[in-house]
Amino acid sequence: MENRTFAVANSPHVHDNSSIQKIMWNVFLALIPATFVSVYAFGFQAARVIAVSTIAAVVFEYIALLFMKRDWRACFDGSAAVTGLLLGLTLPSNISTGIILIGSFVAIIIAKQVFGGLGHNPFNPALTARVFLLIAFPGPLTTWPLPRGLENASKFMGVATTKVADAVTTATPLGAIKQNAVQAMPNININDLVFGLQTPGSIGEISALALLLGGIWLLYKKIITWHIPVAVIASVGFVALITWRIDPKHYADPFFHFFAGGLFIGAFFMATDYVTAPIFSTGKLIYGAGVGLLTIIIRLWGGYPEGISFAILIMNAVTPLLDRWTVPKPFGFQKVRSKS
Amino acid sequence: MSKAKTFKGGIHPSYNKDLSSKAETRELPLPAEVIIPLSMHIGAPAKCLVKRGDLVKTGQVIGEAGGFISAPVHASISGKVKAVQPVEHPMGKRLEAVIIEGDGKDEWIELAPVENPLGADKETLLNAIKAAGIVGMGGATFPSNVKLSPPANKPIDFVILNGAECEPYLTADHRIMLEKAEYIVKGLEIAARILNVKKLFIGIEVNKPDAIKVMRKALGKKGTVVPLEVKYPQGSEKQLISAITGREVPPKNLPMEVGAVVFNVGTAYAIYDAVYNGKPLLSRIVTVTGRGVKKPGNFQVRIGTSVAEVVEFSGGYNDNARQLILGGPMMGRSVATDGVPIIKGTGGILVLPEKEMVTDSYSACIRCGRCIKACPNRLNPQLLGSMIPMGLYDRIEELGIKESVLDYCFECGSCTYVCPAGRPLVQFFQLAKVYFRTKKSK
Repeated sequence: MENRTFAVANSPHVHDNSSIQKIMWNVFLALIPATFVSVYAFGFQAARVIAVSTIAAVVFEYIALLFMKRDWRACFDGSAAVTGLLLGLTLPSNISTGIILIGSFVAIIIAKQVFGGLGHNPFNPALTARVFLLIAFPGPLTTWPLPRGLENASKFMGVATTKVADAVTTATPLGAIKQNAVQAMPNININDLVFGLQTPGSIGEISALALLLGGIWLLYKKIITWHIPVAVIASVGFVALITWRIDPKHYADPFFHFFAGGLFIGAFFMATDYVTAPIFSTGKLIYGAGVGLLTIIIRLWGGYPEGISFAILIMNAVTPLLDRWTVPKPFGFQKVRSKS
Repeated sequence: MSKAKTFKGGIHPSYNKDLSSKAETRELPLPAEVIIPLSMHIGAPAKCLVKRGDLVKTGQVIGEAGGFISAPVHASISGKVKAVQPVEHPMGKRLEAVIIEGDGKDEWIELAPVENPLGADKETLLNAIKAAGIVGMGGATFPSNVKLSPPANKPIDFVILNGAECEPYLTADHRIMLEKAEYIVKGLEIAARILNVKKLFIGIEVNKPDAIKVMRKALGKKGTVVPLEVKYPQGSEKQLISAITGREVPPKNLPMEVGAVVFNVGTAYAIYDAVYNGKPLLSRIVTVTGRGVKKPGNFQVRIGTSVAEVVEFSGGYNDNARQLILGGPMMGRSVATDGVPIIKGTGGILVLPEKEMVTDSYSACIRCGRCIKACPNRLNPQLLGSMIPMGLYDRIEELGIKESVLDYCFECGSCTYVCPAGRPLVQFFQLAKVYFRTKKSK
């Protein structure tokens, strides 16, 4: 009998058909509800910010890959698009296109490709860029236009608004209580924070509900685990609860801290970034708790109204250490019967 | 039914068992020629006892055990020794083998069954099993008589039969449980008698409810059939022991370290055959399956029959057949030619079409952690898989607790199966293992 020849390969000979592309585009998809809310609330300006930051991130990725003589098609793997989208969602809607481009450049080139590209960056690229912009352009990064329906309000949460060239701007809810808690707090409307349609803020952080929807999608698709988001939100809630019980006149209640600011986008989408978060479950819990504690400490007693960007970047630096400390004991390690 | 037992970690691949699980085992016609490698087991190769031109009978010893951990090999057909030479071995090397040209008569040696097996003494039973050349038929091919002779300081508490058959596609164990249940139980009783053990278990994944039913009936009150969760690698010996007894076997140790001995259900049948009928291990059930063959099925095949002949009898290849795997898709070996023989550990012939082959391109690790969740041995394939391609072998040694972390890995492939970057993690680990082996031997 004539013998047939075959192609050979190393085992295993089957694969679950998962891919980095599928994961990244699922994350992108999970951000779509928040994107829709922001475009509804802030109109064309929000769409402009998101489009510029996303497209610029992919273009910078393409340039970097070409420059490093790598496969340029990897710029479509979704990771650059997610970074760009996340960056866009953390900016105010009236920010100038130039600043967005600088942000995308910092995110993709400085924070990601310089370290070796996908999988090698020690810090979350979108957050690195956002914090860079916040420090480099403090004015534009803390000017928040009022959303649809409130365009000409003279007060938001008891704090006076400011009229600038083309919009009326104000503080975010976190900014308002930072400036004057006693005046702002009676005017908090939790519903506005949850739905996000009537709240100034970074374009993507305003609707806690839309972000939660995306977060649940990621959990359902098993792209993220519950450890990090739960640890972040629980530790923020824990400190907020204590301070609020002690002095409810000056400290907002835990629900306010949950739904105001960037807690949800941070907890579900930024802190869970694979590359920069710990890999073991125990490490994830410690890391999440660290992010939550630093966030609430900055919010309550720091110089900035919101601290989740800093909190996540600081904890990113702790990730390698947590990965070393939380290695589980391998199978059969402990239960060795008497060595004879 | 109580809740199915399992271990931590593991994966849920597509099982594809329906292709062949309903097909009754059919006996393959006597092959015209067999190729019997002298190494069909873990341990020292057998020492060849025949030379070119010798006439042999079915069942005749043609190679004697080459050491303590070794097993004899037998002629699986009667005929003339055509050659003793290295051949393409299923393990991917060229190894010494005896090629027998059949005379078509299948003349057997005189068989010497053990009389009154359940009353016989331990030595007699053990010798019968040793002489029959029985090795683990689940694929690891560890000589059974060694498992059955633990040192006196290692008391055995459990004998477990492995009917998990967690490898996708394969149905050989499933069929043998359905078709030979009572004999499997007899083999188990012999093993229990030799080891003087009362606690007997048969572990079966719950995707084989018919096998669970049949084995329960056959086993009766002599032991317990344990339904196991359908998860890969549930049938890995150490994972099986952990699921059933809660005990974890340390790396580089045998199950006897925690008082357990495990046999594949096929091995239990071979033990029965050796003791009750005096027959050496001359044939086994092989599943022919995959979308690269016309008619998947299960076949009783003489050891040494070429893969080509088995596939031909089953109905032949489809035109799209592109990859030939001996064993299951997770740990089976991809071979270049179907001229290789069926050996004692070959439970399946899996033929995949081109479009089902896994691509070999991969990208950087994104640290998603899926490999860590999948690893049944709680290792960190992510870290190892990043270090090895960079050649950071010394750093791997630092990770070791007492043993090298790589000693824990048995290459089940779970990490590689779930890796979204498509990284060939198992291949990296094999590479590192070779590095450490050669370093040690220097």
